[in-house]
Order: sequence, then C-alpha cells, then structure tokens
Amino acid sequence: MSRLLKSVVKLSAYITFGVLFFIIGYILVRGIPNLSPSLFHLEYTTENVSLFPAMITTLMLVFLTLIIATPIGVFTGFYLVEYAKKGNRLVEVIRIATETLSGIPSIVYGLFGMLFFVVYLNFQYSLLAGTLTVGIMVLPLIIRATEEALLSVDDSLREGSFALGAGMLYTIFKIVLPSAMPGILSGVILSIGRIVGETAALMFTLGTATKIPEGLFSSGRTLALHMYILSTEGMHINESYATGVILLAVVLIINYVSTLLSNKLAKGSNDE
Amino acid sequence: MKGNFTESFMKGIFLICAVTSIIAILLMCIFIFAGGIPFIQEYGFKNFLLGTEWKPSNIPQSFGILPMILGSIYVTLGAVIIGVPIGLLTAIYLAKFSSKRLYRFLKPGINLMAGIPSIVYGFFALVVIVPIIRDVFGGTGMNVITASLLLGIMILPTVISMSEAAIRAVPNSYYEGSIALGATHEKSIFSVVVPAAKSGIISSIILAIGRAIGETMAVILVAGNQARMPVGITKGVRTLTTNIVIEMAYAADAHREALIATAAVLFVFILIINGAFLVVKRRTNLE
Amino acid sequence: MNRKDKIVIKDMDLYYGDFHALKNINMKIKEKYITAIIGPSGCGKSTLLKSLNRMNDLIEGLRIEGNILLDGKDIYGEDFDVNLLRKRVGMVFQRPNPFPISIYDNIAYGPRVHGIRDKKRLDEIVERSLRLAAIWDEVKDNLKKNALRISGGQQQRICIARALAVEPEVLLMDEPTSALDPISTAKIEELIEELKRDYTIVIVTHNMQQAARVSDYTAFMLKGDLVEYDKTEDIFSVPKDKRTEDYITGRFG
Repeated sequence: MSRLLKSVVKLSAYITFGVLFFIIGYILVRGIPNLSPSLFHLEYTTENVSLFPAMITTLMLVFLTLIIATPIGVFTGFYLVEYAKKGNRLVEVIRIATETLSGIPSIVYGLFGMLFFVVYLNFQYSLLAGTLTVGIMVLPLIIRATEEALLSVDDSLREGSFALGAGMLYTIFKIVLPSAMPGILSGVILSIGRIVGETAALMFTLGTATKIPEGLFSSGRTLALHMYILSTEGMHINESYATGVILLAVVLIINYVSTLLSNKLAKGSNDE
Repeated sequence: MKGNFTESFMKGIFLICAVTSIIAILLMCIFIFAGGIPFIQEYGFKNFLLGTEWKPSNIPQSFGILPMILGSIYVTLGAVIIGVPIGLLTAIYLAKFSSKRLYRFLKPGINLMAGIPSIVYGFFALVVIVPIIRDVFGGTGMNVITASLLLGIMILPTVISMSEAAIRAVPNSYYEGSIALGATHEKSIFSVVVPAAKSGIISSIILAIGRAIGETMAVILVAGNQARMPVGITKGVRTLTTNIVIEMAYAADAHREALIATAAVLFVFILIINGAFLVVKRRTNLE
Repeated sequence: MNRKDKIVIKDMDLYYGDFHALKNINMKIKEKYITAIIGPSGCGKSTLLKSLNRMNDLIEGLRIEGNILLDGKDIYGEDFDVNLLRKRVGMVFQRPNPFPISIYDNIAYGPRVHGIRDKKRLDEIVERSLRLAAIWDEVKDNLKKNALRISGGQQQRICIARALAVEPEVLLMDEPTSALDPISTAKIEELIEELKRDYTIVIVTHNMQQAARVSDYTAFMLKGDLVEYDKTEDIFSVPKDKRTEDYITGRFG
C-alpha cells in the first residue's frame, strides 16, 4: 500500500514536471530556428510578419502600466501596513476588494476596459485604455507583494527610527522601504510577467493594430496578442512559434530575477 | 509645523491610493451589470439563462446561454478531474518527498509554470494535444477533452503552490505522532497530514475552478467553440468566456448587450467562487 | 544632592483598553543621575519607560491620564512636538536594533532626521558619538561596514552611539544588556557610568545586581504600582516596603 502511494505521488510529480519541460522544450526547439531576421523588421507587413512592433508595444505597455500601478500599489501597501489601525473597517473592505480583483478573469477586465475606458471615456482602442485596464489587473499583485514585504520588516527598526525623533514618512522611506525593496520588486517583476502574457484584457482595450502606437491614444498589439492572432489565423504557425520563444524567454528571465530577489529577501531577514 | 503638513498630506495620498481598488471593483460592477442587466430583464431571465439556442443572426434572434454555461461547467469539471489529483499529489511530493536539493529546482519550476502566458499554453495545446486527440477520437480534435486537458495543465500551478503551502503549514507533531505509532511515512502523510491541510487544499481547488472558468484565449484555440448544447465530450463546446471574445468584435445592439450580459453572468459566477474562497480562507485563519 | 528634577511624573495612570497597566505613578527623576526601574516581568516597568518618550503612542487602545513633565513642560501637552521630545529623550532597546545600513549611516541617521546635511559636521558627530559609546577604536576603520555584521555587544554600543548622536538630554535604556554576554554587559555598564556625567539616564533592568551596581536611585514596581522609590543603597539595604524586601531577598536567594 505504502509503495503504491509513493509511486502514485512520484508519478504525478513526473507528469507535472514532464509537461512543464515538454511545453518549454517543444516551443523552444520548434521556435528558435524560426527566429529569422525578417521578424525584427521595424514595420509589420503581411510578408515579413514582423513581431518587432509588437515587442516595442509590449515594452511601452509594461512601462506605462508600471508607472501607474506601482506607486498606487506600493502606497496602498504603506497605508494598509504602516498607517491603518488594527480592526479598521476600511482595511477589511480594501482587502476584500483586492482579493476579489485578483480573482476576476482577464476577459471581464477586458470587457470592463472596453465599456469604461474605450467607450464611456472615449479613449478608443488605445495604449491608454490598455494600460489602465491591465494597471487595475496587476494592482492586487503589487499590493500583496508590498504588504508581505513591509510586514517582514522587523518592528524594532521602526521603533529605533521613531526613538530618534524621525517621523512616519522619514522612517518609511529611509528604513522600511529599503528593507522591503526586494519583496516589492519581485511583485513588480511578476506583474511584468502578467502584463506581457495578457491577451484577453487587451484585445478590446489596446486593440490589435499592427503598428507601433504613435501616442497614448493610438492602438497597438502586444506580443501575446500577436501570437494569439497568428494562431487563430492559422497562416503563420512558424511565426507563432517564434513569438512563443520570445514570450517564454521573457517569462524565464522574469522568474529567474524574482527567484533571486526572494532569496535575497529571505537571506536579508536571516541576517539578524 | 511643516513636517506635520507633509505627514498628513502623504497619509492622504496613501489613503487615496488604497481606495483605488475599491473604486475599481465598484466601477467594474457598475459597468458590467448596467450593461448586462437591462438586456436580461428585457429578454427574460429564464429565457436568457436556460435558453438552449444562441442564434444572434437568426430572425428573430435568440440568446440562450445555457449551452455556454454548460460548456464552461464541462471543461471546468474536466480540468478539475485532471488537474486536481495530479496537482495535489505533486504538492505532496514537493512538501514531503523531494530532497532539499531537488526542491530548489522544482519550486521555481512551479512558479515558472504559473508565469507561462495562457496564449503559449493554448498554442501548445493547438499544435500538440489537438492532433493527438484527433488521431484518437476522430473529428477535429477540438473538444471537451482537449480543453479539459489544457485547463487541467493550466490550473496545476495554482493547485500545487497553495496545497503545498497548506501541507507545509501542518505542524510536524502530527506527522511525528503518527510515525511514533508505527505508521509508515506514506501512511502518516495520507491519513494524518493531508487531512489536516484540508481547508487549504479546498481553497486551492476553489481558486483553480475560478481560473478554469475564467480562462479565455487558450480555450478558444482548442474547444471548438460551437454554440450549441454540448453533445458529448468528444465534441466541441463554447464557454461563457469564449462566447464574448469570439463575437464581441462584430456584435451590435441587442447582440452586443447579450454578450455583456454573458459577462455579467460570468462575473456573478466568479464573485460566488471568490466569496466561497474568502469564506474558506477566513475559516482556515480562525482555526 | 540638590540637583534639579529632570522628569516629573504626576498622578499618572495608563490603560491598555480595559487593562489598568500603570496605577497612579508619582516619581521625580533627577538630572544627571542614573535611575533604575526594577520589578518582575509584566510589572509595567518597560511601559513606564516608554511613556517617557511617548513610544507608547504606537500602541493602539492606549490611554494615559496624569502628567509627565520634562523640565516642567507636559510632554503629552498639545503643543509638545513628539519628534522633538524623542530627540531630547533618546532610547536604547532591549535587543540591539541597528538599521541594516552602514555603521556611519546608523549614527548619522538621527542628525540627518533633524536636518543636519553638512558632511563635515556629520563626520564630527559620528566620531564624537562613537567615542562617547567607547566603540570608536573598534570600528573607526570599518565605518562603511553594514552594522548587522558586527557582534551583538558592538551592535548595542552602536545603538547607544546612535542615540547619543542627536545630543539627547535623557537616555532611556530598556534592559540594554539582556541580550548580551557578560563581557559585553560589563562594557556597557562601564559606559553607562561614564555617560552619567552628561546625561540623565533611566534604565529598566530585570537584573538586580545591575541596578545595584550602576544606579543612584532605584524604583521597584509590582503589578503596575510603584511600590518604592529611593536611593539605591537604601532600597537594597533598608527597604521600607515588605514587598520590596521580599523581591530583593527572594531573588538573591
């Protein structure tokens, strides 16, 4: 009986990691040979099927989203951890709101973004509408990472700072924030992964234009959207593989960095 | 008193930021429900939810979403049947069987799995799983089984990380107590440790169900997307989420409102699942 | 013996929610003396100490009645700036809590908080504070070293130097040696004796020998009451209250 259980457990683990390595390996093996220079043309045409504009659009989207979502998320964390008193009703409501936000599927975000930003605020399909939509989407991630990072900072450091006559803000920015930085950064980096991989929330907000957006109010497509459109059209399977490789590369880098950061965080708190 | 002004000013800023989430969720409710509920009222609650025909281009149009509700339930159920046992057992492996050295490789692997974009999963399923299913079951290869396999894989990281954390949170004394009575390592884990982690594992399953119901772009690529009542697991289905994406681009008037109403129904499903998750989680915290 | 009263505590009561933690405390703390507060754990000695620089403000549901005067001014009064209070009344904690930054930045932290930016001034302050805390010779070549990477005893002296760097008038010490080994403890005690020339020191300790060794005045607390407060030699040789005597003799065996 015990041996059977053990084999089943092991078998499951083999399946899980087998699937993982197979997916990554398959996409890489099939995709890397397809990374031809023509995919990196500045402009997309139906002949070159360049993914370069989508790369640039992805970078723009990530950058703009983080600029908006990071301060809001981190400041929310400050409020929840450093300022709010225990048993504060508002904190309860904020927690429920962020937890609910994190459970909402991206298609609902996408539809909301379309109804609110694209139509109601008349932003049209645009970088701005896409940014704001995914901005709300990654907010819970950043908030939670910030909260956890702030909570992991030893209270004795805050006391030490207050005891020297430092105010709340000075203490947060000079003492608490530097110690919490790796944790917050790892949340931000995971958000990058989320934004890069997003499709459903962007289709009806950012739109699917093939050009690099000229401004906040013009449309574009990210790599993931590009890959989706290529896959559904079924005409450019090789280019889909190539796009998949780039997406995977981004995800691999992101995971590597966030693992490094969380190790650093763990080490930092062991130092004491 | 300049310092004090800055302090209160920034505190205000932080508070405003903190309220953003609440505003966002309220706006989402308002816009999705305001866009959907009037249509449902007009079309008839029962006709909409239980109607078996979705034919927006017929005259007169019919907008019954029962096929899509069932479609979502089918593929989600399939995903749970495939993903939960494997995920849970993998979590047990990670928490109780793997060596420390191996774990340092495997754990980031699970995080990586969670980070792979859904479109990559979907594309993989399209080029690898679909042909296999086609060979085995005939037809297009895009059906409930394919979508369930895909979603089963996609919910693995959710099930694994949360269940693993729950299993690790069980005090070691439980395990030791069982071992001291002469039970084997495996027996102790399965009859003492895992049951003790029950609520955490249930939360992980609830969350995974939410993920599976909400998944869109990957499912579109492999589910077949036929807007008809499901006719068996080797035939295609359409889910609530894919219904929205497939038709939104060209929908107008009542059709468009019907799609928003579809999102409203999906939203309610998700809110119920989230609510269940929060309740289970809170109960776990109280224990 | 006619030094002025630096801190005067008048009819002070302190509550945590419903819990009456300090009961009608009256106490005069003399300038440039060392005052020790002793008593079993949970008697309120740390709470009393933290009331003196309002570190208790951070605790929710805390309420204080009565007055605490610093140089005759009520520190809980409306126009009293808390941050300025904490500059004048420094604190050293039970567990060394250096910030995870360099030794130099630890010491310079307080002066910077209070607006000193000039590099030369900061250098002077850092050196003077480290000398005062008798740790200059040990760290002068390693000022850029992370303060977490030195021994616990050194860390505590860094924390004392950090407190001294803002030029406080009073130094509160909350069981400053309880986390340290005997040699480090001896060094800190020696240092406290030195500091008495310039500072008014209030030290909470669970170690009665320490109180007897270093302090001029001793307060004995029990369950939130200030049982007895007198010259240290009197407390330890001719305690007036039976409870004080029981505590002191009980502990000594």
